[in-house]
Amino acid sequence: MQSIYKSLTKIVDEEFVSNQKEELYIYSQDPGMMEPHEPDFVVMPKTTEEVQEIVKLANKEKIPIVPVGGSLSLSGLVIPHQGGIVVDLRRMDQVLEVNEESRYIVFEAGLTTGKLKAYLEKYHPLLRFSIPDAPPSATVVGNIVIHGQGRLTQQYGFNSDMVTGMEVVLPTGEVCKIGSGSVSPYWFSLAPLPDLAGLFLGWFGTTGIITKMGLKLYPKKKLRDIEVFAVEDPNLVPDVIQRVTHTEMSEDIFTGAQPYPPVFKDIIMIGILLTGDSKEELEFKRKMIWDALQCHIDSKEGGFMMMTPDVKQDLLEMPTSSTTRFADVKKGGGFEYCGPIIPVEKFPEAFTRLLEITKKYGITFGNAGRVIGRSHSMMFSFGYPFNRADPENIERTKNALHDTNVASLDIGGVPWKPEVPAQKMIMEKMDKSTLELMQRIKKVLDPNGIMNPGNWEVE
Amino acid sequence: MYELKIDEKTCETCPTFDCLVRCQYIDIDKDTAKTEMKKMISGEDSFVLHDCVTCYACEEYCKRGNHPFYLITDLQEERGILPMPKPLKTQFVNISVPTRRDIIQFYGAEEPVISLCLFPQYTRLFSEEKLFEELSIIIGRYFFCHLMYLHSGNPSLIRERLPKIIDNIANHGFKEVIFFHDECYSTLTSYTTAYSIEVPFKPIHFNEYLYNKLKDQQTKIQPLNAKVAFQRNCSARLTPNVEDFVDDIFNLIGAERVERQYDRENALCCGGIIRGQQRYDLFVDVQTRNVDDMLNAGVEYCVFQCPACFDSLSEKVAEKGIKPIMMHDLCLLAIQGSDK
Repeated sequence: MQSIYKSLTKIVDEEFVSNQKEELYIYSQDPGMMEPHEPDFVVMPKTTEEVQEIVKLANKEKIPIVPVGGSLSLSGLVIPHQGGIVVDLRRMDQVLEVNEESRYIVFEAGLTTGKLKAYLEKYHPLLRFSIPDAPPSATVVGNIVIHGQGRLTQQYGFNSDMVTGMEVVLPTGEVCKIGSGSVSPYWFSLAPLPDLAGLFLGWFGTTGIITKMGLKLYPKKKLRDIEVFAVEDPNLVPDVIQRVTHTEMSEDIFTGAQPYPPVFKDIIMIGILLTGDSKEELEFKRKMIWDALQCHIDSKEGGFMMMTPDVKQDLLEMPTSSTTRFADVKKGGGFEYCGPIIPVEKFPEAFTRLLEITKKYGITFGNAGRVIGRSHSMMFSFGYPFNRADPENIERTKNALHDTNVASLDIGGVPWKPEVPAQKMIMEKMDKSTLELMQRIKKVLDPNGIMNPGNWEVE
Repeated sequence: MYELKIDEKTCETCPTFDCLVRCQYIDIDKDTAKTEMKKMISGEDSFVLHDCVTCYACEEYCKRGNHPFYLITDLQEERGILPMPKPLKTQFVNISVPTRRDIIQFYGAEEPVISLCLFPQYTRLFSEEKLFEELSIIIGRYFFCHLMYLHSGNPSLIRERLPKIIDNIANHGFKEVIFFHDECYSTLTSYTTAYSIEVPFKPIHFNEYLYNKLKDQQTKIQPLNAKVAFQRNCSARLTPNVEDFVDDIFNLIGAERVERQYDRENALCCGGIIRGQQRYDLFVDVQTRNVDDMLNAGVEYCVFQCPACFDSLSEKVAEKGIKPIMMHDLCLLAIQGSDK
């Protein structure tokens, strides 16, 4: 092991390599429920070449290697279950290019969402990216690799649908470009080439390490506002979403329900974000959306909520910090959720299962959903805050999480960024030929099985 | 249970039926008004029950003290007529459910005491501002007046919970309580009188307290010399007898409450509740007319008594270049100088 440490210090400066207990501890866990496991080494490369050398070393020594961004998936996706080398990419955080005319950006893999947001606000105020509701320390690539969603997801799909190119270090050490950047100096598009991006998106770093990425940027409107439509009956939610998405007037649509504080009890909120370059544009869109939901207003089953300016401000914040506040409602710093991607019409069933599970285990919950595309699907989160200092509370939450994964698959959804046990449940249910294809791809790309082992792995 | 004191004969002999004829949101002539009032007093359905925006104004228009608005809201509930959608009604009910934060928020409070209702954003002001430093504060859901249920079609909740709220205050031995929110004051004076609910302490309107404080410190006042519009809030309709304090305060601080179409008894609703009732077009129309009226009157400030009105209308007012300001802040401006 000492020889590997020495080899790593030859690749990067010694101050960016560690095998010290206190530093390994940090990389042994995330805020979720998965068991911690320490790596043997942590290394922080600065360049693609350094990443390449680290991967070559790991492949030669056949030791596990786990690429890490913000470590915020909550589902233990970068916990080094079998030890090895954790490659923390956060020193690679440079913006390399912004093309204002073709509206794309190229950046390094460790760039955080917070830094990118600030960078664009300062240097390209007319452009924006799809900011996820993760803490600003989440990396853009980390969010995209797990098929994250963001504030532009209702308009343009998963954040991973916005990728225009990549640079990847393959598990065998080759550096490979994906998309137009492989044949041109411009990283504007994955098409019209064969779509190789799919070999790396959703794989949780098991097929290679993304070192650079190209991403679509979008027009940033001058004004933003929000309306929140409230209903009590979950059966109405799909119709509300249908009607609002039909108008094509909203920036983002999310759902929310939670029993605490009492003001939110027994209602389901559907947040509808609006943008415009003028008051007139904003008001036109608002009116279209109000008109679209008139039938639910007339029946008295639904209505637009009255909001104080501070509540409105909270909801307009990007990323929202209210999620973080809710995550600590039980105190003790624990928060876990399963956010399956489901067909929109399955919202009522998912909601019913959420209530059943929380009742069964006597735990509280927060539901946050986000519409993906024009009602093409949605993320429906079963969120459970828990107290890390209360073993009994942890146990109940673990059981609830298990039941939630079962329920997600039962209703026809697919758990999003699933932890290892949930990955196994998915693979058990998966079409056998599809599973075999995944295994064959994995074998071809990573013959020694060094990349983030434990994930997407068939026993 | 507490019953509304309403006299059928008083209505029958009314020469004007101003309660409905003067309504700014329902177009209704005297004959129709007479017919509809008769129906409602008999407990029958009326289109008024469905079209009412719950602005409270008819309570002020009735000079015979016969509580047409309380009658309307009681009948709405009795007949299951919802002025606003079910989920918003649920939310209204949930707002008053006490949480851990509400547990006894008056330890150590001594008179003079002010109730801040559910507006914690003003706690610092009343704790730190010299003008108010003598005041003890009580705040939270154990002191919440519940009058808002007049808007949501479930006023029986007021009668159910109000006696307990009154007890919470009275049990502490307070003889007088200043109410920051006009709505609380109106509840403990007008509403309790109409339903014969006993209040064993003296409610003081915040404006009365404010006026007296300003009077004490009159030498420190630097007249604002500003034209202002005053946005009356709905519950002010229940207690027009204390309206004079508004003018008295304005006189003291050199604020000219300019003549305009939508002031005093002709005041328009801030629009918040109309929006809550999902009448978007009416909401836009009412706010636009109101703000245009302020603009035409050439005012510098729009002065609010009620924080909820402020939330509802301040943005629209500010967009037009008029400064939205709460009454107490305007007074502080006069005491401390506009640089503060």
